[in-house]
Amino acid sequence: MADTATLDKLKARFGEADWKAGDRLPSASPGESRIVVPQSQLAKYLKFLKTDCGFDLLVDVTCVDYLHFRNAKDRFGLVYCLANTTTSERLIVRCYLNEPDLTVESAVPLWEGANWLEREVYDMFGIVFGGHPDLRRILLPDEFADHPLRKDYPLRGRGERHNFHRLTREEG
Amino acid sequence: MATALEASRPDTPSSEELDYRWTLNFGPQHPATHTTLRLVLQIEGERVVEATPDIGYLHSGFEKIGEHLNFNQYVTVTDRMNYISPLANNVAWHNAVEKLLGIEVPKRCQYIRVILVELARISDHLLCNGACALDTGAFTAFLYAFNEREKLMHLFETLCGARFTTSYTRTGGLMYDLTPAFISELRGWLKTFPAVFADVLRLLNRNRIFVERTKGIGVLTKAEAISRSATGPIARASGVTRDLRKDQPYMSYQDFDFNVICSKEGDCFHRYLVRMDEITESLKIIHQALENLPAGPVNVDADERTILPDKSKVYNTIEGLISHFEVVMTNRGFQTPLAECYSAIESPNGELGFYLVGDGSEIAYRARCRPPSYIHFAMFPHLIRGHLVSDIVAVLGSLNVIAAELDR
Repeated sequence: MADTATLDKLKARFGEADWKAGDRLPSASPGESRIVVPQSQLAKYLKFLKTDCGFDLLVDVTCVDYLHFRNAKDRFGLVYCLANTTTSERLIVRCYLNEPDLTVESAVPLWEGANWLEREVYDMFGIVFGGHPDLRRILLPDEFADHPLRKDYPLRGRGERHNFHRLTREEG
Repeated sequence: MATALEASRPDTPSSEELDYRWTLNFGPQHPATHTTLRLVLQIEGERVVEATPDIGYLHSGFEKIGEHLNFNQYVTVTDRMNYISPLANNVAWHNAVEKLLGIEVPKRCQYIRVILVELARISDHLLCNGACALDTGAFTAFLYAFNEREKLMHLFETLCGARFTTSYTRTGGLMYDLTPAFISELRGWLKTFPAVFADVLRLLNRNRIFVERTKGIGVLTKAEAISRSATGPIARASGVTRDLRKDQPYMSYQDFDFNVICSKEGDCFHRYLVRMDEITESLKIIHQALENLPAGPVNVDADERTILPDKSKVYNTIEGLISHFEVVMTNRGFQTPLAECYSAIESPNGELGFYLVGDGSEIAYRARCRPPSYIHFAMFPHLIRGHLVSDIVAVLGSLNVIAAELDR
């Protein structure tokens, strides 16, 4: 749960209109605080939260595809879970993205730990992190074409497993 | 994978460098990695200049499966994530589900879950430190530790019938209450374990080969640990005092008296020491939880409609029969709010969290797992840079990377 001090600082720096979560679905669980930031300003907010509000630990970076979600307005929602290692305050930063512009600024300059986390989001959802030092696929093979955690990708895949290129002894 | 190789190469190698530098492929099937992971190493003599991890060999789409199995079914998949401490994964998963549903489980269930997570922690640390010692030339300690872990496995078998794939938790409770057989067996183990544990410590703490191969190797400073999102024993060995059990007490951890073990050095040896001391603290917690185990039901009331009611209720009351059907019928089940939550526990390996999105049905819309192994393995190239090839196993062992959780 974020302190009111943090929210006050955010209000003083950015005003209130941009980051208020409002009535977006799905809502946050009770006892959890989150802010919603505009796509173009994500890096600015994260930097402010890290340097001025003491959120020094990036716990997790992930994404949700809201394609089939009832009453959802946006396609993708990025999730940044932040924590303060001394006060154990927590904050979830959301950023909603829509096709075709699936680009946000990378958080790697702020936290080294964002490197692999963002690579996984890129691999699974196809979100591009601008300024990432090494944005390659991480869990799936490099020649994989889809982003499997998107909701329009079927559970059993599109036959990649059966058509996987086999290296023969002569080729190798 | 040519691309992993290309990425590990420096941009413009001079001709002298090329003469001395060569590439070594380590894994994915190498006994010293213990699990399936691959490293592409750039080596000058015995020194590692650059290491590029190539992961994904065990990727099985656990998060995608989480969007198709219901909350009680998915617990079987969490067993297979970090198979060294499956009980901790079970508890982490259902804690997250209960947070999403707004259920608070009874005190007895919370205490039992605490006992199980701490047993999982002991079993994890025994294997991690034992395997690290095995790789760095101390075979005997490994056998002692592994033998104790075997007894724990037997204990888990008494608990739920399975050694690894425990799946013991349910939404709103447990599969069933602890049996008297389990409790007496646990008490017996708690009596014999400290003597063997002291032997393991004596075999390693001043073992010159082990100490010299781990001290000063893979140093992680406090600032780096925080910046690289390290949690758990690895962060605490570097001086980060964060422990979710103390900082955000969940599951009644505030009732127990225990210490958070920290160190400032941040090398492989101190990661080993922190893990060993955590075993002692876990024993303290288990003793307290076992002695003060509250009476009462382990599961939430059947009115919550998440858990199967008692058979006596089902057969003798109409309400029990209705709630039984409400849970088992495919077109009923329980309902989740249109909400999302992040919930984490202090698992043996670090912060194990789940980000859940509920869409009304009893199947998660999104089941993200925050895997500590994945985040810790990302630090590996940084930790090994400049060390010798033989130090790779020491660093890998002290990070406790479990490939099934790494790749999910």
